[in-house]
Amino acid sequence: MAASDAEQPAYRKLYRSPHGRMLGGVAHGLAVHLGLPVAWVRAAFILLFFAQGIGGLLYAAFWFVVPIGIGEPAAAGGTQWVYVNGTFVPAARAGSFGEIRKGRQRSVGRLRDLLQRTFHGEPAEPAEAPTAVPQQSARGGLGQLFALLMLVVGIMALLSALHIQTAKPYVWPLLTIGVGVALVWRQADDSRWQRWFGLEEGSKRRSAYTRVGAGVLLVVAGIVGFLVLQGSGSTLASVVEAALAVLAGVLVLVGPYALRMWQDLGAERTARIRAQERAEIAAHVHDSVLHTLTLIQRNADDAKEVLRLARAQERELRLWLYRPEAAAEAAPDTLAERIRSVVAEVEDLHGVPVELVCVGDCPMDDRISAQMQAAREAMVNAAKYGGGGPVQVYAEVEGRTVSVFVRDHGPGFDPDSVPEDRMGVRESIIGRMKRNGGTARVRPAPDGGTEVELEMERADD
Amino acid sequence: MTEAAPERVARVVLVDDHRMFRTGVRAEIGRTEVTGIDVVGEADDVESAVQVVAETRPDVVLLDVHLPGGGGVEVLRRSAPLMADPTGVRFLALSVSDAAEDVIGVIRGGARGYVTKTITGTDLVNAIFRISDGDAVFSPRLAGFVLDAFAATDTPPVDEDLDRLTQREREVLRLIARGYAYKEIAKQLFISVKTVESHVSAVLRKLQLSNRHELTRWATARRLV
Repeated sequence: MAASDAEQPAYRKLYRSPHGRMLGGVAHGLAVHLGLPVAWVRAAFILLFFAQGIGGLLYAAFWFVVPIGIGEPAAAGGTQWVYVNGTFVPAARAGSFGEIRKGRQRSVGRLRDLLQRTFHGEPAEPAEAPTAVPQQSARGGLGQLFALLMLVVGIMALLSALHIQTAKPYVWPLLTIGVGVALVWRQADDSRWQRWFGLEEGSKRRSAYTRVGAGVLLVVAGIVGFLVLQGSGSTLASVVEAALAVLAGVLVLVGPYALRMWQDLGAERTARIRAQERAEIAAHVHDSVLHTLTLIQRNADDAKEVLRLARAQERELRLWLYRPEAAAEAAPDTLAERIRSVVAEVEDLHGVPVELVCVGDCPMDDRISAQMQAAREAMVNAAKYGGGGPVQVYAEVEGRTVSVFVRDHGPGFDPDSVPEDRMGVRESIIGRMKRNGGTARVRPAPDGGTEVELEMERADD
Repeated sequence: MTEAAPERVARVVLVDDHRMFRTGVRAEIGRTEVTGIDVVGEADDVESAVQVVAETRPDVVLLDVHLPGGGGVEVLRRSAPLMADPTGVRFLALSVSDAAEDVIGVIRGGARGYVTKTITGTDLVNAIFRISDGDAVFSPRLAGFVLDAFAATDTPPVDEDLDRLTQREREVLRLIARGYAYKEIAKQLFISVKTVESHVSAVLRKLQLSNRHELTRWATARRLV
């Protein structure tokens, strides 16, 4: 698309391409960065490699220095990007060549957009592409080894090319130092290592320490080797002593500052986390409580509506405050959950408080569902005819038996005097319970009011 | 407890960190000539609560579960000597929280009852008098919590007598959970109100003395209403 081409800024960050790469994605990334076909870049690298290994050295250097970039293709179900006819297209499209030709301008434009988004955003490490992990971990690990080898070969070639034969004994210590430094510096790119070595979150920190330790060890070994080769091995002790003294001096000078900075960082982090938490609570209070209070102010003269709002809000806030997060997520479809939602529904619909006490819990099944429907009907009746006082609901799971009691404090009624044509109690409660293999009893409570008792055996698992 | 003819007066201390709530409760129940409740002190944190209770020695302390300085449990712990003698200070937990661990926590700490803040003024006055008479006050919800706690039978009880509810106690608790008043329970079970009271007190004692480990674990692991 011409428009997007025109808008394209002159400056683009360089990233290695994770898609369709052969080794580290350096050539790919460079090709995209420079706007050249990847084959040219590869050829250039190979040519340069024969020019006394500079190509290999360059490649390795790029590999280490340039971070890997991840674009939407990976996020969108791990689309493979392939190189066709001088441009990148998703592998899925590569099959239909003619279409690509036609739609080439479009796909290039889209790709550019994509790359731009990728390159100008942070190089998001692919938490979003876990499917790609297994294959990449093996390949990437080998690739890394290969890169190291290449670095070695490149440096050796370079050195021999420069005819510093005298320097040859120093090559190995230097290399050791180089590898150590590389190890430590690579540490910054932690998530990639994690991916390559399939590390669990928990072992991440430990392995990070191991790697830094190994890197430092390599560097020290390299330095020692260097000193030994230089012939100053005899004075090694004094050299080490001096180095340690200098190090100690630096520590004494810088230590307090470093410590302070460390503490400040920690404090800042804590403050940030707190602020975040506070913001979240504020957001919740704003979304729920404040809105409800506003509604209540507006409906101040409608007592019923105010009550309803207040109750709904209380319930919601209570749930948010006191329910452990794990419980909120785990299996929402249990008896306790279901009856709670039924109670909430009845409360809201009829504006009568319903007090629920639930003992035990069990998973829902068809029979219990029927029982819940009957219980709902009983609650509705209690709310309608219970004199407006609170309706009390008690649910209990005892072994395989689930009992629900619904009680109101209204004028009470005689179940035998209910006319034949009144379907509510007879069909919705008693009939429904019977049909599903349970029992229902409606009886007057001792001191006025009515109590409905619903008993049901749980279905066999 | 002071006997004032013709009606009794219960001396009460309010402990709650919300001034508005204290004011509301005082307005609701504090008219001594009508309700027989004399609010003799208020406190808004653990420190002041312990002090006020020690100074005024009320019949009943209305104790909020969540308090700055350690919560209601801490007040109970530090006021334990005052509760020891039979006519001593009694605590009624009054909370907006119906998280099981809060409730069971204060009950095990020595509170004689637990009611939620949605309770009506009349019910609260009744509860206060019942507590000052030495009885225990279980709200339906508390009864539910207790049933739930004692229903967990995954480990053998440490003390058979303490760690089990008798059939009758269970029945009484279940009726309380179903919303029955003591009088109604007595009628239903063909026993006297006094017997109902003694069952409830027995349950309370078991709850406070029971050393079942899982009680605490239950309370924290429990899904809360």
